Amino acid sequence: MSDTRNVWVFVEQDEGRIAEVSLELVAKGRELADELGSELWALLCGDGVEALATALIERGADRVLLAEAPELALYRTLPYARVITRLVTEKGPYILLFGASPVGRDLAPRVASAVRSGLTADCTDLQIGDFESKKDAVVYKDLLLQIRPAFGGNLIATIVNPKRRPQMATVREGVMRVRDAEKGRKGRVERVECSFEPGDLALEILSRELRESTVRLKDSPVIVSGGAGVATEEEFQLVRDLANALGGEVGASRAAVDSGLIGKEHQVGQTGTTVRPRLYIAAGISGAIQHRAGMAESNKIIAINTDPDAPIFQIAHYKIVGDLKEVIPLMIDALREKAK
Amino acid sequence: MPYKSVVLVKQVPDTKNISGDVMTPEGTINRTALPTVFNPEDLNALEMALQVRDREGGEVIVLTMGPPAAADILRDSLFRGADRVILLSDRRFAGADTLATSYALACAIRTLERSFGPVDLVFAGRQAIDGDTAQVGPQTAEKLGIPQITYAEAIVKLEGPSIVVQRALDHGTELVKCSLPCLLTVVGSANEPRPASVRRRIEYKLAATKLEYKGLLAKWPAFGGEEALDAYLVERGLGIAVWSAADIGAEEEKLGLAGSPTQVYKVNFVVLESADSREIQPTPEGIASLVQELVREYIVG
Repeated sequence: MSDTRNVWVFVEQDEGRIAEVSLELVAKGRELADELGSELWALLCGDGVEALATALIERGADRVLLAEAPELALYRTLPYARVITRLVTEKGPYILLFGASPVGRDLAPRVASAVRSGLTADCTDLQIGDFESKKDAVVYKDLLLQIRPAFGGNLIATIVNPKRRPQMATVREGVMRVRDAEKGRKGRVERVECSFEPGDLALEILSRELRESTVRLKDSPVIVSGGAGVATEEEFQLVRDLANALGGEVGASRAAVDSGLIGKEHQVGQTGTTVRPRLYIAAGISGAIQHRAGMAESNKIIAINTDPDAPIFQIAHYKIVGDLKEVIPLMIDALREKAK
Repeated sequence: MPYKSVVLVKQVPDTKNISGDVMTPEGTINRTALPTVFNPEDLNALEMALQVRDREGGEVIVLTMGPPAAADILRDSLFRGADRVILLSDRRFAGADTLATSYALACAIRTLERSFGPVDLVFAGRQAIDGDTAQVGPQTAEKLGIPQITYAEAIVKLEGPSIVVQRALDHGTELVKCSLPCLLTVVGSANEPRPASVRRRIEYKLAATKLEYKGLLAKWPAFGGEEALDAYLVERGLGIAVWSAADIGAEEEKLGLAGSPTQVYKVNFVVLESADSREIQPTPEGIASLVQELVREYIVG
């Protein structure tokens, strides 16, 4: 492999739309490449997707590697892995990033296994830094520091891959910020050859049933979430009412989802969605680390809980020790009052 | 038509009940300090394999890599209906990341194919609760050179050398058709794992690996010695095979720490604290002034 220090980002697209997480990665990849003094390359696979290349360049890619073939029209593991593994082997990127989406989490390990490099799943932060290995008595310069929650969110681990290349990671959706497009930004589109072996086409997609999610947790400036302390349908309606009054979205902790009061698409936390709204209201949520990992970066946090020692209060800007059945109606009243 | 299935399972620390010194000063996990459980989604994988066998015939072989204590989940697998179980255990496997783990598992599957014939289906849980990486399944499939179907929720059709599987994705479902052999990673919503059967629990209660003989002899000195105990267990089909790195023909430099590209650089306990925190009284006045403040600071529009 060559010894470039280029950063590559796998761009996930579905029917001509670039996944949000890929735009987030392009933004992060741009930062990392600037820090390394290298280039950011975007890896765009599909069929008839050339038009998307401009958007990637405007967001910060220096080069778009464009792989187009009918076999790549819908995402399938083996044809995608074939193309990417070949490119990685030929061109030797320093870093290769994927979104931690169902596609990224299916594809990245396959590629990592094929090129025999390390892969860190579900990173929440990426940095460039040095790593001193006592065992090797060497300081490895400018490594990718791959930061992720570990052990059910109880720990934050920093993982490095000192010797193998590329340094690979999947990155959680919603934790990196998207960069604004820079109209007229210059970059190069390089079309790459795609060829497949018969075994690559062993899997066939018979049908897909996609439901457009109506829950827009990630983009909502205000989120009101209910947890284990919201015991009944009526109490959860209070959470919904407050969200409505604030023009926000309804969230939930895992406990509330598990109790069946609300669907999993509303779940905030390490195994749900990561959010950072302007205002986050946690009602009846104790604040297990699992949940906090997904909302701790909210601009302002209001916590309502009957237990004054609930861990959620450690990160709340406004603590309300009280019963949500009383507090939420008071809040709704106060909001109505304000609107008059 | 009978199918031969291998199910990859893992004994994991119960991450819902963590306290104390889970990390060693070297940054590895102090597994002995934690209660362990059968990784939940691996039970769904086992159930899916058992259902295939119950319907079509064939065999279910359960494979795990881990310390001697991992034999617990192999016994549990026998109680639930597995036909054969194998423990991969060797110091040389220790400290493996997902790449080194998948290499060892792939070597073991090739080894068992030599002994028991070709494998049609490999099942694994989607991910393990200790790392949540979801990487070992796909990495093992790559090492075996077979297709993978991740997020498998249901086998819709299994006919000859072809399978139709429903995948559960974030925003919908996908129906895929694939040729065998292939590897499936199974999600928790796939099924309700069957409990251990009382009859099998009695039948396999004594099943043990050689690594456990010392402990057993301490409990039942009447056996006299390891040889006698071994003869007794093997005769009754209660000996659980233990395979070492040499047994699976693995190259040592691809195993364990040496074969793991990733290293833990550091670990921090999560401390999340807000800089400025104020208590608001749950009274009409307290709440009203809070709402006013939020409006004034443009937090609420």
